[in-house]
Amino acid sequence: MDTKKQMNVRAIENGTVIDHIPADCLFKIINILDLEKETGQVTFGTNFESKRMGKKAIIKIADRYCADEEVNRISIVAPMACVNTIRNYQVVEKRTVKAPEEVEGFVKCGNPRCITNHERIRTRFEVQRQGNAITGLRCHFCEKVTTPENIVIVK
Amino acid sequence: MKKSLVSITDFTKEEMLRIMDFAAEFEADPCQRILLGKVIATLFFEPSTRTRLSFESAINRLGGRVIGFSDTNNTSVTKGETFHDTITTIANYSDMIVMRHSLEGAARYASEIAKVPVVNAGDGANQHPSQTLLDMYSIKKTQGTLDGINIMMVGDLKYGRTVHSLLQAMSHFKTTFTFVAPPELRMPDEYKQQLYDLGIPYTETTDIGEHINEADIVYMTRVQRERFLDLMEYEKVKNAYILKNAMLADTKPNMRILHPLPRVNEIDTDVDDNPKAYYFNQTENGVYVRMAIISYLLGVKK
Ligand SMILES: [Zn+2]
Repeated sequence: MDTKKQMNVRAIENGTVIDHIPADCLFKIINILDLEKETGQVTFGTNFESKRMGKKAIIKIADRYCADEEVNRISIVAPMACVNTIRNYQVVEKRTVKAPEEVEGFVKCGNPRCITNHERIRTRFEVQRQGNAITGLRCHFCEKVTTPENIVIVK
Repeated sequence: MKKSLVSITDFTKEEMLRIMDFAAEFEADPCQRILLGKVIATLFFEPSTRTRLSFESAINRLGGRVIGFSDTNNTSVTKGETFHDTITTIANYSDMIVMRHSLEGAARYASEIAKVPVVNAGDGANQHPSQTLLDMYSIKKTQGTLDGINIMMVGDLKYGRTVHSLLQAMSHFKTTFTFVAPPELRMPDEYKQQLYDLGIPYTETTDIGEHINEADIVYMTRVQRERFLDLMEYEKVKNAYILKNAMLADTKPNMRILHPLPRVNEIDTDVDDNPKAYYFNQTENGVYVRMAIISYLLGVKK
């Protein structure tokens, strides 16, 4: 089936469309944006064909707009993602996400012996990357690196 | 500005050299009571008698007073007080905190909430910078310089925090490295990458005898049984990383053997009487180096 056609079927009037999510990161993004608590319409799909990335996932959230800080969070698992703001069926803003130098407060340190997993401490990581790809998050406290596939989002 | 020592990378090359000079001065004249009137807290959330006594000896020699605990029994920690509250409170009682904790990152966190300098005396498998500085002091003392030394590291190079910190610290000094480890316990790629980026040459081997005659320093660590997923592998390699006196016959005259101690069996006792065995002298150096670290961070030594 034609990808474009599918997307059109699911077009939303107002809200946010997040495109170019790596196919295997869909559920992490759902977690980061806390979409299970969303009361409005949420549609998502994965394994769509993409010229740029092979397979990709898409999320559409009706009547919700993402703050820069949320967009920023997405970049940790989906650095290629594109966040479109939709009003009246039109894309009024297109934001590409940019990996920050540091991430604070929403990723769990993957090291079970890290102090942040034993006391109430706001986590902090230095983002390590090779080109645009994030290769790991280095914990400010225990100095261990959490690799992208092991990223767990703290609620 | 308060300055703490949590990781060896908190110190610049210049600061490391400063510590080396201070330590040498303290060794020449150990009676400098420049900490008179200062109170230093030694908080051992995890017991380590050797490290604690070394720090307390250093503080006492400098004329400072010590408060603290050697384990968390009978302290408010066992009553459920948070680490945050313990550190905040004790920072009000003291001019410096020396601490050891089984959790990684504990000292970094403490250094950010305490209003006094924090010295990390070990946080789990992460960092133990005073050990690294005393290793460096031992190298400088036995080799006359820190520059251009060939260091052979033997044993558990994967999990051994002392070898990782020493590697990072010595990377400032045109060191060349030989890594000798079983395949399961090889030096992790991230450290080899750091050396590669700095243009520092290294050699890797599984054979302790292959490059031992080129080494200026042989740095031994323990190969622990619990590090192996496959105990058959452990049985195969456990005797391959034991240093014996017979292996030292053709080593360089200036070569010295270091070990962070405690040792189990990785250095045969027949090495102990060889003049190249330096591991017991290291412990004495540790006191001078800790005197240097404390007085540098408190800004009391000119
Ligand atoms: Zn951590």
